[in-house]
Amino acid sequence: MIGQSPLRTVIAHAVLILGILIVVFPIYYTFVASTHTLQTILRPPLPLLPGDQLWNNYSEALFGGIGRIGGISVGRLLLNTTIMALGVAVGKIFISILSAYAIVFFRFPLRMTFFWLIFITLMLPVEVRILPTYKVMVDLGMIDTYAGLIIPLIASATATLLFRQFFMTIPGELVEAARVDGAGPWRFFFDILVPLSRTNIAALFVILFIYGWTQYLWPLLVTNSNDMNTIVIALRKMVSFADADTQWHLVMVTAMLAIVPPILVVVLMQRWFVRGLVESEK
Amino acid sequence: MATVDLKDVKKIYPGGVEAVKGVSIAIPDKELCVLVGPSGCGKSTLLRMIAGLETISAGTVAIDGKVVNAIGPTERDIAMVFQNYALYPHMKVYDNMAYGLRNRGTPKDEIDSRVRSTAKVLELSGLLDRRPRELSGGQRQRVAMGRAIVRNPKVFLFDEPLSNLDAKLRGQMRVEIKNLQRSLGVTSVYVTHDQLEAMTLADILVVMNAGLVEQIGAPLDVYEKPASTFVASFIGAPPMNLLALTGASPGSVLADGMVIGSAPGQSKAVTLGFRPEDADITFAAEAPAGALALPATVEAVEPVGAESFLHCAAAGSRIVVRVSGRASAKPGDQLRVVARSEKLHWFDQAGKRVD
Repeated sequence: MIGQSPLRTVIAHAVLILGILIVVFPIYYTFVASTHTLQTILRPPLPLLPGDQLWNNYSEALFGGIGRIGGISVGRLLLNTTIMALGVAVGKIFISILSAYAIVFFRFPLRMTFFWLIFITLMLPVEVRILPTYKVMVDLGMIDTYAGLIIPLIASATATLLFRQFFMTIPGELVEAARVDGAGPWRFFFDILVPLSRTNIAALFVILFIYGWTQYLWPLLVTNSNDMNTIVIALRKMVSFADADTQWHLVMVTAMLAIVPPILVVVLMQRWFVRGLVESEK
Repeated sequence: MATVDLKDVKKIYPGGVEAVKGVSIAIPDKELCVLVGPSGCGKSTLLRMIAGLETISAGTVAIDGKVVNAIGPTERDIAMVFQNYALYPHMKVYDNMAYGLRNRGTPKDEIDSRVRSTAKVLELSGLLDRRPRELSGGQRQRVAMGRAIVRNPKVFLFDEPLSNLDAKLRGQMRVEIKNLQRSLGVTSVYVTHDQLEAMTLADILVVMNAGLVEQIGAPLDVYEKPASTFVASFIGAPPMNLLALTGASPGSVLADGMVIGSAPGQSKAVTLGFRPEDADITFAAEAPAGALALPATVEAVEPVGAESFLHCAAAGSRIVVRVSGRASAKPGDQLRVVARSEKLHWFDQAGKRVD
């Protein structure tokens, strides 16, 4: 938009700033609450400015252990959740890029059958197949393990389809040039396909990391012991409806800490993420 | 370095479509063979079968006397230049050229010296650190050539390598390819649909149509003695004028009923042809002896500088006559198109040449 009047610019900015305030305020308020003592939080109104308990609250939560969730520290929760989110993101990318590679570049019997089988799983969300999956995990003894948290979630029809669409845009000549240049299937995969897919991989990683980080239902089922909880589950457990002794200051600290890693991932990978969405390098 | 021998090569696709219907070509060492034909004639399929990118349904392909039907493109020791260059977009020019050598386990210092000397020949030395998207079309073409040359293969295969370049650059690259191929002395197969490229590059010209070879020969032989009406109309620009012959005694009567004196022994001929440059125009009423003289009406004049093309209506069809310099005729003129008898070509019912 070229040659806008100053008034329109002011209005546009006002609307944008208002929108940002609406989105940011709850997060800011959470942060404010996380820096006050429990007594201050429980006695309305809650101040609008941060208090002086920042260091105390955060170190208590991170290193001290929180009573309501069995004395587990938030540090441990963050570790659990990071392992799960990373495992899910990396696993999903690994499995789906290999499946897409097979489906696009190789001719084998029942190729299209496999493709449609993968495609159909799109219509079966985790919730639909959760009981059989749970039974399998129990039988395999994978309750309360990282493997149990990660493996049932790493098959991804969406990511497979995304990679398939991208692979289909790779010109046949490029594949043939590599064959003439003496690149076998693995060399072609690692030397050419993976480098060309890196923006897609980065974009998917961001999306899938956040997907793994925010999982609720599956971790709730598959973890029983407190020290295997993810941060989202722990957060839920820390809030008690019946008791008045919910440690709100620690809940707020945990909530703040829970949103830091996804933000970091998005900020650090933003450049790649945007490139992956808007351009394909060919 | 190597000969390439095709014996009765066929390609039948799973659907039953026969793309190549039995082609035999023998290419001697160090020669450049051009496969030319309209799109869908099977020339690219044939090239890809030599490369090992398509399976061979029947017949044999031999490189350097060894049948290679069953071995893959890597082991055939060929290099291919693709129509869209097929450079690896994420690799620098240097790595693009070195990739094939690395896959073959060539020592690092040898790769380096070979890449650098090839780059020097192709004037790419200053571009080795660039990526393909930072190069112009002509430079990408050079890199694609370099990637082929650096491997020092037995056979070069070119799949319409110049069709994405503009006309001027295409002319330049054509000469360069010819010179490179000469100086390197590598047996080459070159596919194109451009008859000019075919004529200027080829040592052996193979004209293909509908999966079959129409004619094989030296370019000028093919030009002077086309084996069929297809070759006659495909090679040469503008193409040869072809006139249908009808009537009680075939070979003597044109479509509009005009009787012409046919050469002896041409009784089977049903088509008469002559090249635009083998004809001349005259405003004289009398036809010269020993020549075909067709009354014609000029419909359009195309001056191109050194020559002009007259598009005329004659004997019920349209013919083109090339005259050098400015044309003395203008649209609407009535004149005679004269072609000397020895410059006439005769073709039979099947479109084959009769002499």
